[in-house]
Amino acid sequence: MKFEKYEWVAIAIMVSLFIFVGFIQGWSVSLVILNMCIISAIMTMGVNISWGYAGVINFGVMGFLAMGGLAAVIVSYPPITESWKAGGTGIGVSFVLLVILVTAVMYINKTVTDKRNRYIFNTIVIIFGILVIRHFYLDATESIEDVNPAIAGFLGGLGLPIIFSWIVGGFFAAGVAFIIGKVALGLRSDYLAIVTLGISEIVVSVLKHEEWLSRGVKNVIGLKRPVPYEINLQNADWFINLITYLNSSKLNNIIDVSDRQQVLNNLIIDGSGIFVKLSYAILFLIVMFIIFYFANKAQLSPWGRMMRAIRDNETAANAMGKDVVKQHLIIFVIGAAIVGVAGAMLVTLDGLFTPSGYRPLRFTFIIWIMVIVGGSGNNLGAIFGGFVIWFSWIEAAPLTTFIINQLTVGLEPTNALKLHLLDSVPYFRYLFMGLILLLILRYRPKGIIPEKVRHS
Amino acid sequence: MIDFLNSIIVLLNFIIIPGISYGSQLALGALGVTFVYAILRFANFAHGEIMSFGAMITILFTWFFQSQNIGLGILPTALLALPIGIIATIILCIISDKFVFQYYRYQKSVPVVLAMVSIGVMFVINAIIRIIIGTETIKFSDGQKFIMKAKQFKVMTGLNEGLALKSSQVITILITILLLTFTFWFLQKTKTGKSMRAFSDNEDLALLSGINPDRVVFITWVIVGVLACVAGTLYGLDKSYKPIIYLNLVLPIFASAIVGGIGSPFGAVVGGYVIAFSEIMVTYAYKKFFVYILPSSLEPSGLVQLLSTDYKFAVSFSILVIVLLIRPSGIFKGRVL
Amino acid sequence: MNNLIGKNLTAGYGGVDIIKDINLEVNEGEIVVIVGPNGAGKSTAMKALLGMLSLTSGSVEYSNKEISSMLPQNRINLGLAFVPQTNNVFTGMTVEENLEMGGFLREDDIIHTINDVYDLFPILKEKRNQSAGELSGGQRQQVAFGRALMTKPKILMLDEPTAGVSPIVMDELFSRIIEVRKTGVGILMVEQNAKQALGIADRGYVLVNGKNSREGSGEELLNNPEVRKSFLGG
Repeated sequence: MKFEKYEWVAIAIMVSLFIFVGFIQGWSVSLVILNMCIISAIMTMGVNISWGYAGVINFGVMGFLAMGGLAAVIVSYPPITESWKAGGTGIGVSFVLLVILVTAVMYINKTVTDKRNRYIFNTIVIIFGILVIRHFYLDATESIEDVNPAIAGFLGGLGLPIIFSWIVGGFFAAGVAFIIGKVALGLRSDYLAIVTLGISEIVVSVLKHEEWLSRGVKNVIGLKRPVPYEINLQNADWFINLITYLNSSKLNNIIDVSDRQQVLNNLIIDGSGIFVKLSYAILFLIVMFIIFYFANKAQLSPWGRMMRAIRDNETAANAMGKDVVKQHLIIFVIGAAIVGVAGAMLVTLDGLFTPSGYRPLRFTFIIWIMVIVGGSGNNLGAIFGGFVIWFSWIEAAPLTTFIINQLTVGLEPTNALKLHLLDSVPYFRYLFMGLILLLILRYRPKGIIPEKVRHS
Repeated sequence: MIDFLNSIIVLLNFIIIPGISYGSQLALGALGVTFVYAILRFANFAHGEIMSFGAMITILFTWFFQSQNIGLGILPTALLALPIGIIATIILCIISDKFVFQYYRYQKSVPVVLAMVSIGVMFVINAIIRIIIGTETIKFSDGQKFIMKAKQFKVMTGLNEGLALKSSQVITILITILLLTFTFWFLQKTKTGKSMRAFSDNEDLALLSGINPDRVVFITWVIVGVLACVAGTLYGLDKSYKPIIYLNLVLPIFASAIVGGIGSPFGAVVGGYVIAFSEIMVTYAYKKFFVYILPSSLEPSGLVQLLSTDYKFAVSFSILVIVLLIRPSGIFKGRVL
Repeated sequence: MNNLIGKNLTAGYGGVDIIKDINLEVNEGEIVVIVGPNGAGKSTAMKALLGMLSLTSGSVEYSNKEISSMLPQNRINLGLAFVPQTNNVFTGMTVEENLEMGGFLREDDIIHTINDVYDLFPILKEKRNQSAGELSGGQRQQVAFGRALMTKPKILMLDEPTAGVSPIVMDELFSRIIEVRKTGVGILMVEQNAKQALGIADRGYVLVNGKNSREGSGEELLNNPEVRKSFLGG
């Protein structure tokens, strides 16, 4: 994979930012930011693939992330057998009935030709179906939620290693995307944005309130990890020896034995934290590089060329016999799947699933700023956008505090204006995000690392 | 007979009056969005924040008036501050247009670019509001809160069910009727209003007829400023003011405009009430109502609630999606997308 | 005497000149028709006269005044009017509102002109409160004419007024055009239906490949054997 000169500059900038933060604020902080940056980069790549390659807008990012997070819960949380006993059959019955209902509606749509009759049949079947399903469903969910509501109150999961959920998350998101795509694709872009935003709100709403599935607002905590726990590391001989070895010169300079032990203990604790975060970082980077590699390959392939042709001139593509709607659906689903993977990774990193944390401002809109600022249609641009924007988002607060202090250097520490400004520090990052977006859209609308114009 | 009256009161109290009140707020919001969509031809994601800004300025001046002991007696002081809020909101709209949106209009950018730009504006205004007033919930209504209290009503009529009527609800309804009447009179009966409809209908022909595009754009933002500020303030008076709430309102507002028929002012208003009533009716627990209406043998044991109130929010989008499937141009056949 | 003259017009879109060195003239009270094969530049020439595209070279004069750099809206103010081929009415507004919009620039009372238009096009009076989008093709064209006439123009320009209408409607439209000419308005018309158009024309221009090919009175051109062969079907 060849990079242009300016792309190497971008990569260099990203790397140096982390080293910079590492020195100033500590490696722990730097790694925390790095991990979120990588996840953001993956989300951005997902959105970029559908928008940059094919011009299909995806404002439902929040929903797809949530589906990925749900996958993490369902794959890794141990099953709660009591809940399954209480409501498992009920849920199963409801699901089967739902499938029957959908099939019935599809059948009606295919066989009944008279439009009015079709509406009448559909309405009757749907209303009746919903009432029947509700009966089983509500019974089942109530019993499930009654099982140990403080700690459980839901079905639990499959008890598999959480890393599988990263792939399962992709599939969950893809499934939801398929449904959305069938309904909404073909609408004009800004309209599609509103619709995908709306549907993602519905998805998150469901997750927030169907407690039997996800514990809703009670959240799921204590998810399993793919990397070691700090506490285990701190007690592992090999780790202790490693830390001792890495800091031998520093330790040898301390004469007092108990002091040396103290320092060593601190180093071990810090080191365990860094080790865990670094492990995550390596895992995440592997995923990111895999996605990046395949995304780039796809972009350069004949399929990628076809996507660009459709994007740039849909009517012509249609005339040439390309099934535009089908291609759009494929790419929308793929993009959403990648976002789903990121969602699972995010929940893995946090170790908890908080449905009420999925908000459009924080997820959908910020990701889009990453896409636009980074450069739509360019995967490295997507990564760069993800890194830079997330980095700015996090560092905006300390930076703002610094700037405010500098600007108000003449004022008393108790000055009302100064205090009010310092209180408002967390809000300034919204201002920065907005301004960055506006500036980029005005002066560099293709993004910082724009799509490479290929002459084939 | 008494049971029947009680059931009516239940409906009025929990569905009809809140529905009309919330529907009016959505209608005003949707009307503002529709003006921008029909004339400036883009979906303005910043509209919620414009409403929030208008409400904020009104609140700041309400506090000022309250501190100076200037009031309106039984009416909320906010009404006095409202004109100032409106002017401030109009200025905000004009500035946003001049520094941001105008450029893309001249470039004839595609609507999706303008939508993205409006997201940037949304972030900026959101930040400014939070920096100025924080993120806490603010209650700023004063004056007589209730025109009719539930207890009062029960005593007056001897019925079991009480009817509560908040002054903010009545004010909302009255102001909405006034604004809507004025807006439609303006659009249908005045030369300027007609020229704006012409501009929305066929821009090239409108230009050829000598209609001044800059003037049309200016008047549009003035109208949007008025509608947004009033809608935001009324919502804050009625429920309470919390800066981040307005982001959540953007979607039901868009849903109202689209369901009613995108680009149609009348549709936007109807859409507002449709969405409001749907949200309330689909999530209301009808048990009480049925207890009054049905003979005791048929009384329901459950809550008789279609969807839990948690889903109120999701109802708007579900309606939007259903409308898209069945009748994409909306109820009043706006522009088909 | 008001007249509109295009001298040596060279213009086009996106850097490519479609018309080269075109000369056209229309005076008050006469019907002038522009005919020619597809792609000859007929509509382009008309749009150049109106200022809807910029001239590479040449000039436009109105009543002996240079108006080459004037915006279309301002030329309308002077006394020109234009009916585009498509999208020429406000479909969401009533017939009467369309006329009102036509008279937007006028400061005085336009009610007399509206009544004049209704006299000219009685069907519009009948449908005055109906939405223009609901009318038939021919009726819509009449609304479009009426709208253009609201500024009481001296010169009216029509871009293919009978495109896509049935022969009966075409006859109706042409007789309306003759009525309008009787009121003293000069009419410049681009037409595909060359035979019928030349039949009512005082003068005509034949454009071929973006250049003047031939000109003369309507009758002359109708009877010219070459013209007959090329566009009139022998």
